[in-house]
Amino acid sequence: MEKKWFTISVYSENSVGLLNRISGIFLKRHINIESLNVSKSEIDNVSKFTIVVYTTEDWVRNIVGQVEKQIEVIKAFYHTDEEIIYQESAVFKIDSSLLFDERNIQNIIKDSHSQIVTVSRDFFVLAKSGRRNEIDEMYQQLKPYGIMQFVRSGRIAVSKSEMQISAILKEFNQ
Amino acid sequence: METLKKEKVELENQKSLRISGAEAIIHCLLAEGVDLIYGYPGGAIMPFYDELYKFQDKLTHVLTRHEQGATHAAQGYARVTGKVGVAVATSGPGATNLVTGLADAQIDSTPMVCITGQVPRELLGSDAFQETDIIGISTPVTKWNCQVTNASEIPEVLAKAFYIARSGRPGPVLVDITKNAQFEEFDFSYSYCKGVRSFTPYPKPDPKSIEIAADLINSAKKPLIVFGQGVILGEAEEQLKALVEKAGIPAAWTILGLSAMDTKHPLNVGMVGMHGNYAPNVLTNECDVLIAIGMRFDDRVTGSLATYAKQAKVIHFDIDPAEISKNVKADVAVLGNAKDTLELILPLVKPNKHEAWHNEFKKKYEVEFEQVIKNDVYPTKEKLTMAEVMEEINIASGHKAIIVSDVGQHQMIACRYAKFKQTKSNVTSGGLGTMGFALPAAIGAKMGAMDREVVAIIGDGGYQMTIQELGTIFQNKTPVKIVVLNNEHLGMVRQWQELFFESRYASTVMVNPDFVKIAEGYSIQAKRISERKDLKATIQEMMASKDAYFLEVCVEKEDNVFPMVPSGASVSDIRLK
Ligand SMILES: Cc1ncc(C[n+]2csc(CCOP(=O)(O)OP(=O)(O)O)c2C)c(N)n1
Ligand SMILES: [Mg+2]
Repeated sequence: MEKKWFTISVYSENSVGLLNRISGIFLKRHINIESLNVSKSEIDNVSKFTIVVYTTEDWVRNIVGQVEKQIEVIKAFYHTDEEIIYQESAVFKIDSSLLFDERNIQNIIKDSHSQIVTVSRDFFVLAKSGRRNEIDEMYQQLKPYGIMQFVRSGRIAVSKSEMQISAILKEFNQ
Repeated sequence: METLKKEKVELENQKSLRISGAEAIIHCLLAEGVDLIYGYPGGAIMPFYDELYKFQDKLTHVLTRHEQGATHAAQGYARVTGKVGVAVATSGPGATNLVTGLADAQIDSTPMVCITGQVPRELLGSDAFQETDIIGISTPVTKWNCQVTNASEIPEVLAKAFYIARSGRPGPVLVDITKNAQFEEFDFSYSYCKGVRSFTPYPKPDPKSIEIAADLINSAKKPLIVFGQGVILGEAEEQLKALVEKAGIPAAWTILGLSAMDTKHPLNVGMVGMHGNYAPNVLTNECDVLIAIGMRFDDRVTGSLATYAKQAKVIHFDIDPAEISKNVKADVAVLGNAKDTLELILPLVKPNKHEAWHNEFKKKYEVEFEQVIKNDVYPTKEKLTMAEVMEEINIASGHKAIIVSDVGQHQMIACRYAKFKQTKSNVTSGGLGTMGFALPAAIGAKMGAMDREVVAIIGDGGYQMTIQELGTIFQNKTPVKIVVLNNEHLGMVRQWQELFFESRYASTVMVNPDFVKIAEGYSIQAKRISERKDLKATIQEMMASKDAYFLEVCVEKEDNVFPMVPSGASVSDIRLK
């Protein structure tokens, strides 16, 4: 079976230890997590894990089954890249002198639609949101000038189709 | 039981009670109907043991000789009663000693609650004496776990622990309670857990899938049922029998499904899997509809998946959605508790007999009888076989005993040849294959079913993994019957070495101590036999004994268990020799 990128969305209670439990499911199957993001979700007191893996659909289905089975997981979904709108964010810390000495830096900032978050005497910070390849491209362009620090977030994604969590919670309350 | 009910009522009547966390644990256990627990004390759990001392009349604590023994005893108890087994241990090494039992209970879906002591909250993360991250360690082998650092959290967490352990597909839960939480006083009140919003223990049966399944069953020419422990856990034995009889479908079982259906039932066609029976294994690859009920297509059952039942439509009845199409793709999935789903499908199923199909099973049974069973059960060679010992136990117990087996050749023989009339009578470590399981599990099984005979069948290897539990039997005067089938080898591994490693017997020869003397050291009546002429009378003597009894049977040293599906082979390529 063909390997693909899958984005797994997990709605869960916000409990200590759940991250360990979920990551253990990948560990047990020797499947690498390519990116992981944990945040609040659209529902009060419900957390959302967004996990990206490169694997086969059989495995991702198996994993989602095991994840969903965890007591504190409300529901888990998986989607291919075509089924979601997704983003990553990156921040670049760069020497301030470059901003004035290297004309091309300004072009990169403009063309990449990134924002200057702060400028100080010593460094300035650029933030960029977008697809992984856009961020990679910007990284490659800035690299020759020297990047003082770089970090990129995990993928965050929303699905084009509905993920019916509220209905599940409502049913429980009845 | 009466005192228990009273305790429940008292608890519900009193609004709140100012007590320590340690005492609260006891009230929670009593409220959950627990009257027997297994465990081993130590520093971090001492406040609990101190309270236990005061509640001895209501809550019996059985001191095992190792925490692993406590878990297996709790499992044995749970497997025969259907109730949640409880094991208690201290922090650090006490807690880590629970891991094997947790893993065993997890893979075999056994309801168990383990309570561990933990270093005081302010010492967490300081590498304090006997601090280990048991939550981290036990996460992959528990259905749920939770650390409690305040006394006030105890009632809610324990209520949830029992609910989760027993609901849906059962499993082990671990609750780690810091020492300060055991000492602290708080206003205790208890309410039962009735649900957890993120957990759906019983998926609602879908009428559509039941209809489709019924249609498939009704149009099948060669249907085969394979049932597992889900039937026992879901208490669906009657429904299974009704389905089998109405639709005339041959029914085979996985090792954990054993005893859910009378072994002598004419439609019971035996065990599937690596050392299962010839007919159901071969015919798995000839049936047209395979109806799996409460089983999970373990690799020991399926052999090579690439060639498993490829010709058949597969209907999978299970309570756990994650099991559907995990190993074998289901054409129809029927989610829900087996009792409910079978009850729903029953009226839709048409009466049938499938006589020709049955005859195929009978013919294949004859082949297995001639080539394997006859020589196993009625041997003509000089040395005793494991199977003839099992057969004598069947005869002496009238098929009524609970059989607890360990892991190895003797286990496969016990499960192949044990006869059962009653459900929840076969206790063995299936998924994990934990050597050392049987002796402590037999203690728990006996304590859970005092009115029944409990016979442990153990190999000379596995016996020595938890042999110290003879001390528990001695101290509690637990009348279990212990049969060690001594082949002076780690027989099952030796068999593989013989068949697949050109008889290089690397570390599988056992030089054993005098097992009779050891048992006698614990004041347990003990005997050793090695000749056929002594077998019947000795087994009868053992079964007639009111007390614990140890019997060592010296059997043929290099016998092999057949039939066998070599690992990675197809079930239809099962070897008879
Ligand atoms: C704790 C543990 N360690 C190792 C094994 C691997 N193993 C499976 S069967 C077996 C041999 C068991 O020997 P014995 O208890 O004498 O039983 P026999 O096969 O001889 O009947 C071994 C070592 C296991 N299942 N469990
Ligand atoms: Mg042996």
